[in-house]
Amino acid sequence: MTDELHLGVALDGAGWHPGAWRRPQARPHDLFSPRYWADLVLEAERGHLDLVTFEDALNLQSDQLGAQDDRNDRVQGRLDAVLIAARVAPLTTGIGLVPTVIATHTEPFHISKAIATLDFAARGRAGVRVQLGLWPHAFRHFGRREVPAFDLSRIGEPDQQRLLAEYFDEGADYVEVVRRLWDSWEDDAEIRDVATGRFVDRDKLHYIDFEGRWFSVKGPSITPRPPQGQPLVTALGHQEIPYQLIARATDLGFVTPNSAAEAAATSSRIAELAAGRAVSVWADLVVVLDDTEQAARDRLANLNELAGVEYTSDAKIFAGTPAQLADLLQEWDLTGYRLRPAELPHDLTQITRGLVPELQRRGVFRTEYPSNPTLRGLLGLERPANRYTSA
Amino acid sequence: MVKQVHLAAHFPGVNNTTVWSDPAAGSHIEFDSFKRFAQTAERGFFDFLFLAEGLRLREQKGRIYDLDVVGRPDTFTVLAALAAVTEHLGLTGTINSTFNEPYEVARQFASLDHLSQGRAAWNVVTSWDRFTGENFRRGGYLAQEDRYERARTFLQTVNELWDSWSGVSVVADKESGRFLSEAGPGRFRHEDRFFDIEGQFNVPRSPQGRPVIFQAGDSEDGREFAAQGADAIFSRYATLTEGKAFYEDVKGRLAKYGRSRDDLLILPAASFVLGDTDAEAEELAHQVRRAQVSPQTARNFLEQLWNTDLADFDVDGPLPSFDPAVEGDLISKGRASVRQLAKDPVALANEWRAKAEAEKLSARDLVIEVTGRQTFIGAPATVADRIDEFVQQDVSDGFILVPHITPDGLAPFVDQVVPLLQEKGVYRTEYDGTTLRDNLGLKYP
Repeated sequence: MTDELHLGVALDGAGWHPGAWRRPQARPHDLFSPRYWADLVLEAERGHLDLVTFEDALNLQSDQLGAQDDRNDRVQGRLDAVLIAARVAPLTTGIGLVPTVIATHTEPFHISKAIATLDFAARGRAGVRVQLGLWPHAFRHFGRREVPAFDLSRIGEPDQQRLLAEYFDEGADYVEVVRRLWDSWEDDAEIRDVATGRFVDRDKLHYIDFEGRWFSVKGPSITPRPPQGQPLVTALGHQEIPYQLIARATDLGFVTPNSAAEAAATSSRIAELAAGRAVSVWADLVVVLDDTEQAARDRLANLNELAGVEYTSDAKIFAGTPAQLADLLQEWDLTGYRLRPAELPHDLTQITRGLVPELQRRGVFRTEYPSNPTLRGLLGLERPANRYTSA
Repeated sequence: MVKQVHLAAHFPGVNNTTVWSDPAAGSHIEFDSFKRFAQTAERGFFDFLFLAEGLRLREQKGRIYDLDVVGRPDTFTVLAALAAVTEHLGLTGTINSTFNEPYEVARQFASLDHLSQGRAAWNVVTSWDRFTGENFRRGGYLAQEDRYERARTFLQTVNELWDSWSGVSVVADKESGRFLSEAGPGRFRHEDRFFDIEGQFNVPRSPQGRPVIFQAGDSEDGREFAAQGADAIFSRYATLTEGKAFYEDVKGRLAKYGRSRDDLLILPAASFVLGDTDAEAEELAHQVRRAQVSPQTARNFLEQLWNTDLADFDVDGPLPSFDPAVEGDLISKGRASVRQLAKDPVALANEWRAKAEAEKLSARDLVIEVTGRQTFIGAPATVADRIDEFVQQDVSDGFILVPHITPDGLAPFVDQVVPLLQEKGVYRTEYDGTTLRDNLGLKYP
């Protein structure tokens, strides 16, 4: 039997295609209702997927990267991803829940306890996807500091690369603080020792004393160490600077290759940067799936027509049958994939009811969850030892 | 119709209300504890569940305070998860206006309101200190005199963000391709001493329009802040005389802001001990007090007022004969310690010594005496009568109950006292509406 694949689904609005909300089965009126998100995550769980991610941003959606466009023919508005994940946590038992957080504009202290708490509510199935928020208009929503404007159109130029590196260095500090806070309580710190009247052994609580260029954080966390010890940290990257963050700070990196060769090259570059640190690398793919290749292509054409524009993405757009997708996933030979359904719920159910059974027939995907799974456990990762625990 | 009683439940936090040493005490961190607590409150038709907040672990003599429950989950995350396992219960989170930013907090509460279908509430608090600020990268801390000013402008800004989608609805017309009733939603601009922000808020208007606003402070500024903009006050006055005075004072301030007396609910925190008879409840209450104030807790409490290390002090003997140290840093950090509350520590120490001598109390007994008693002690009928009496006499509009056992301490109240209040016709037998505003009888903004 071949190695097992890992699969995640990236949930966003009515799907990743901007025309998705206008399709017959779309539920655009429900995007801000709990039922909608519960239905999607429960469907993903029926497919025994490893995880779902929830997209987020601290600004409105826009077709124009880096600026608002005030288009009225697109989904506008979204709910906080951590809270969506928390809302579905008690309803699920098997699937990993990975909300996006915007490290540039939020407090690592708050996020650390939020993800730890999600891990308690989901009994060890929490992760987090750390994203940097670079858009100048989002900075104006916070107004806490003057920033040099990041210009996406000049991303290749040295000054923009320097700026990008600074944002990602701040992101690396952020992840370091979050991780230290998760470790700031040893697992057995709560002792409830009636004889001495002590609820905790305070020698097992640790100040993290983080001092960095952008901020300092004292600790310890107010929340005890979560069930997984360290919930899964993930990030998406498209080039060298984000790859460095993925390599040095995350457990799982999402990347966007266009071919098997690119997938292999990216994956080995990250392994090289990680210098022995274990990091999984998954490819992102936008998927349009139907029973025949023609039906999938027709639907993609219809989505483009509804959106009034031919859809492009940072990730490869795959339109075809679940079996063809299974071929591609095996050919690319990565440990896992994060699939972005172009249209919800259609492409999600194609994954859970088409792709998953196909992969199961091929013997490369689980047929059930282990009992009381943790997200780390699903991915074959150990529960990390606490950095503050003395031997 | 007689005045109706409102009830809510406070999940005990990190103070010595919680008797964690009781064999019946469970986890204060596992989600199941919160779920059981919330479902019990909902079974009793409570208006809401209330969570307090702390953003830094308390310290005494430079070390983490370890005698009470230590640690708690993240407020927003727990409340969003509880929305999945309850249907009617309001979800009230205490969130600080100093160590957060308006865009993010407005978004979190609006999201919680959507995800709970109209059950979100915010208790606005105003910690300001440098000690807590050490956990945050941004803004650090405030001068104490600025804290209500920042809170006021923070709340005003958050209201502007919530209102920024007024008149814009999700039409999602698949035929015409129009998603919103108007393009370019959520525009805001706010500029003052604390915030200089502009742009577009990205959460559509939530079921309650604005989540319910609670306020907990008690200072002159705090009362004024509440009268101006809060929907409910979480107060600490649960006794007849003090409660009535507070109630009158705060309700009297509403008119100048163009608000009526029904626009602001006054809900004190209250603890309770039930027994089969009043005498049995009294005896049980005595035991609970002893458990809440262990010898170590009593010593730590006295250290806070004396501002002195009393490590070798015998709490079964008399109070320290020397006076509190009035100079120097406070020995206790991260709590409103006795010392911070006492205007004149030496005078208070003298008062306590006189009381201990007159009533022949040991130091620990004295601490048990002065740190308050359970608000409602008695057989269920006694407690139901007392609650009804307090509400009819305008001591409050109801109570936020804090049981001393986590998470099951609420159940006896729900099973034994709630039915008696219902029989009196002063308590609901079903929820009034679908949102927290409906159940609290508050207007929609």
